[in-house]
Amino acid sequence: MSKTTQAPKALRGVGNFIDDRFHLAKTGEKNLRKVFPNHWSFMLGEIALYSFIILLVSGVFLTLWFKPSMVEVIYDGSYERLQGVPMSEAYASTLFIDFEVRGGFLVRQIHHWAALIFVASLVVHMLRVFFTGAFRKPREINWLIGVAIFMLAMIEGLFGYSLPDDLPSGMGVRILQGVILAVPLVGTYISMFLFGGEFPGEDIITRLYMLHVLAIPALLLGLIVAHFMILWHQKHTQYPGPGRTDKTVVGTPMFPGFAVKAGGFFFFTFAVIAGLSAFVQINPIHLFGPFTPTSITSGLQPDWYMGFMEGALRIFPNWFDFSIFGYAVPMGVLVPGLGIMGVVFGGLALWPFIEQWITGDKRARNVADRPRNAPVRTGVGVAMITFYGLCWLAGSNDILSETFSINLYLTTYIFRVLVILGPIVAFMVTKRICLGLQRRDRDTLEHGYESGTIRQLPSGEFIEVHKESSEETTDVLASKPVITSTALADEVDDKGVENPAARKGKGRLRRALAHWYTKDNVSFEGVEPHSGHHLHHSKDVEKESAAH
Amino acid sequence: MTEKNNNTSGAGEDTPERVVGTPTAEQSVVTEAPAAQDDHGGPYKASETHVWPEEVQRRGEKVASLWFLLAFLGGIGFLVSYFVFPVDEIADPQIGQYSNMALGGSLTLAMFGIGAGMTVWARKVMPHYEVASPYDELPSSAEEKGSFSDFFMKGADESGFTKRPLMRRTLILAMVPLGLAPIVLLRDTGPLPGDKLKNTPWEDGMRMYVEGTHRAIRAEDLENDPYGMISALPAIDDENYPHGISLNDAAKSVILLIKVPEDDWKQGMEEEIEVDGESGQRLNWTHNGIVAYSKICTHVGCPAALYERTTHRILCPCHQSTFDASDAAKVVFGPAHRPLPQLPIGVDDEGYLVARGDFTAPPGPTFWDYAKD
Repeated sequence: MSKTTQAPKALRGVGNFIDDRFHLAKTGEKNLRKVFPNHWSFMLGEIALYSFIILLVSGVFLTLWFKPSMVEVIYDGSYERLQGVPMSEAYASTLFIDFEVRGGFLVRQIHHWAALIFVASLVVHMLRVFFTGAFRKPREINWLIGVAIFMLAMIEGLFGYSLPDDLPSGMGVRILQGVILAVPLVGTYISMFLFGGEFPGEDIITRLYMLHVLAIPALLLGLIVAHFMILWHQKHTQYPGPGRTDKTVVGTPMFPGFAVKAGGFFFFTFAVIAGLSAFVQINPIHLFGPFTPTSITSGLQPDWYMGFMEGALRIFPNWFDFSIFGYAVPMGVLVPGLGIMGVVFGGLALWPFIEQWITGDKRARNVADRPRNAPVRTGVGVAMITFYGLCWLAGSNDILSETFSINLYLTTYIFRVLVILGPIVAFMVTKRICLGLQRRDRDTLEHGYESGTIRQLPSGEFIEVHKESSEETTDVLASKPVITSTALADEVDDKGVENPAARKGKGRLRRALAHWYTKDNVSFEGVEPHSGHHLHHSKDVEKESAAH
Repeated sequence: MTEKNNNTSGAGEDTPERVVGTPTAEQSVVTEAPAAQDDHGGPYKASETHVWPEEVQRRGEKVASLWFLLAFLGGIGFLVSYFVFPVDEIADPQIGQYSNMALGGSLTLAMFGIGAGMTVWARKVMPHYEVASPYDELPSSAEEKGSFSDFFMKGADESGFTKRPLMRRTLILAMVPLGLAPIVLLRDTGPLPGDKLKNTPWEDGMRMYVEGTHRAIRAEDLENDPYGMISALPAIDDENYPHGISLNDAAKSVILLIKVPEDDWKQGMEEEIEVDGESGQRLNWTHNGIVAYSKICTHVGCPAALYERTTHRILCPCHQSTFDASDAAKVVFGPAHRPLPQLPIGVDDEGYLVARGDFTAPPGPTFWDYAKD
């Protein structure tokens, strides 16, 4: 290593200028020394952050030309096929961006692709956090902020793709209005106030525009900043390994390692989005035509993140609709349109607290769980994904029906059954897989790994030589936590008297849940690393066999 | 007794499976930092810094620089593409697409080059760091907490907030109306619903236009086609709107005119309905086998635009609610709950189809009080 160079004069000047005013030398060094654990799955949240930045920048560019107006004009722009067609100014100005601004088409596609990737990376990032238990104390609040970001991102996306006022997106707004109308008592009022009158009115694009470019991004930005400040303060979770404990984090420091890595990753994210925008067409609104409330095309699909709601609307039957004193309560709209969303987001928000209530685990956890080591949580997560995925697929049932030549109505019946059976089966299968993996972990811990070398013993017996796993592997395997619950521990006190709290309804429920949560688990108790009897090592083979 | 085979030794052909997120065996081989003396001139401890040998760093520098050069070319390409395709040519979708590909492709190259170069820099030129750092102790010590709570309560007491309830309560009282103000201010965002959702421009004697045209429909347009279907709007020519009719009115008054062969009518058509105080069977409100229904689905409001002629089924392409046109547009499948409202029709002196009144029920998505007058 060469001698450390002294900071250049200009840099010292700036540094001193800042420090004279903010007294930042110590804080600055501490933060530049901040450690980020290394794992590919920790980059998922980064993708979300970077696509959000790309969204902000590309969105500002689009606002230079976009006119959020529903005034009807006759198009006379340079896109020939639509000349003379009546359309809203919003649609006409989007055509202007596409065909009369160089790079406008590209930036619009970048904005759309970035939005899709933003929500997708949020979802995958949340799944990572869920499956590794990274939402546990002390990070519950950051999890809640994450859920809020996810919800806002979806709404932001829905409003955003509605702005061009093309035929499919206008239909999305119509469906939104239809769902609002279904709300008992106040639905028609909310709809009238939101749309400035009847559908479609002349205000909705202007209002969605304000929400899309100002209100929701401001909220999102605030929440994202809060998310990061909390993350920064609490530090990242890490996977088990040598030296990594609930007390110590091991990884790459912010400066210089992580800063450059993360910077590079930003450019990769941008490159992927730019590449998609250059070569994979998305949302070609000039082909769809302007919105009219009286026309429609078949095979309409919302952007992917709204797909699960679309699917739920398609498959939820009208059997539960009812009237009360002549007033209609269309459950067939309310349940899929609002209820499913409530279940998804409510479930996500509540899970950390439900799990904590079941296990009674109040310790701060910095080492993430390996998903297999929390089989019930992992099972619940996969069941959730299955439910979401099936709803999402059901949102394309017409396309599935056409592609695979299945009767359209039959696909609906199939999905109605699958959304109920699928999650249950997924839960059971996932849990079994987790337990199987735990069992394999125990084997590996006890016996080492299969080396692939076959040896013949003097007795004639063939054996596969097992070799000791690395310290790293052993460490990871042995780190498996024992899942317990205080609800089970308190069942009977030392005098044999049952805990009175456990006998009441809530206590009984908690005990039942605790039993469900902890009962299936491969015990690692008494397992000593590499103590297994058939841990044969090349040079010991003869010795061992002689001893037998 | 055992043959060690962990990552750091790196020897032997049977390296164990690498745990994700840890350095590869190769990376560890080059760890040369003298663990004994932790000060090696770097910002972090030598034992936490795995420095690459000079030749690896030099190669890394070259590769990274190559990527940066490529990125530079990409950036130049982006600027060139901007001017190669002039603004008056991109209106041609074909040329527009080339422009899009050239701009986007060069931008991708520029971004990817910078990303790749930085990654090579971070992975091959910089050392591999494995720095340990403590997590913050949670929670604060009892002493700190006690001191804080003591300080806070003393402050609150001294301020009078806790001890002077009159002041505290009146302050809260003062906030209440202000909290309501923003909600009240939103009142003028739109009119009250009233009966707006229940009435449409249809009235007795109003002719109908083929949707998208200003051509009035004659009964004979459909009579000669035993399975015909026309999407129609009220014949309104308001100069304020390019379509002649406002989108709001179009959205609720659009209808499907369907010709149903005599023998195909089902029992639902015998139901008695009332139009402008005049009662009659649904069938009486059709004309020569032509029946009119609202085109707007009663589920969430998409136009139910697909019509299967042989079965007389009207299908909404959004959520696949299906209505039977020959049976009072009853729901035969899907999430919709109530039939498409029927528009009573007849024919005027000149043979044009006309409405005989408004819909039998409010058209569009079902809402709370749709069935109330």
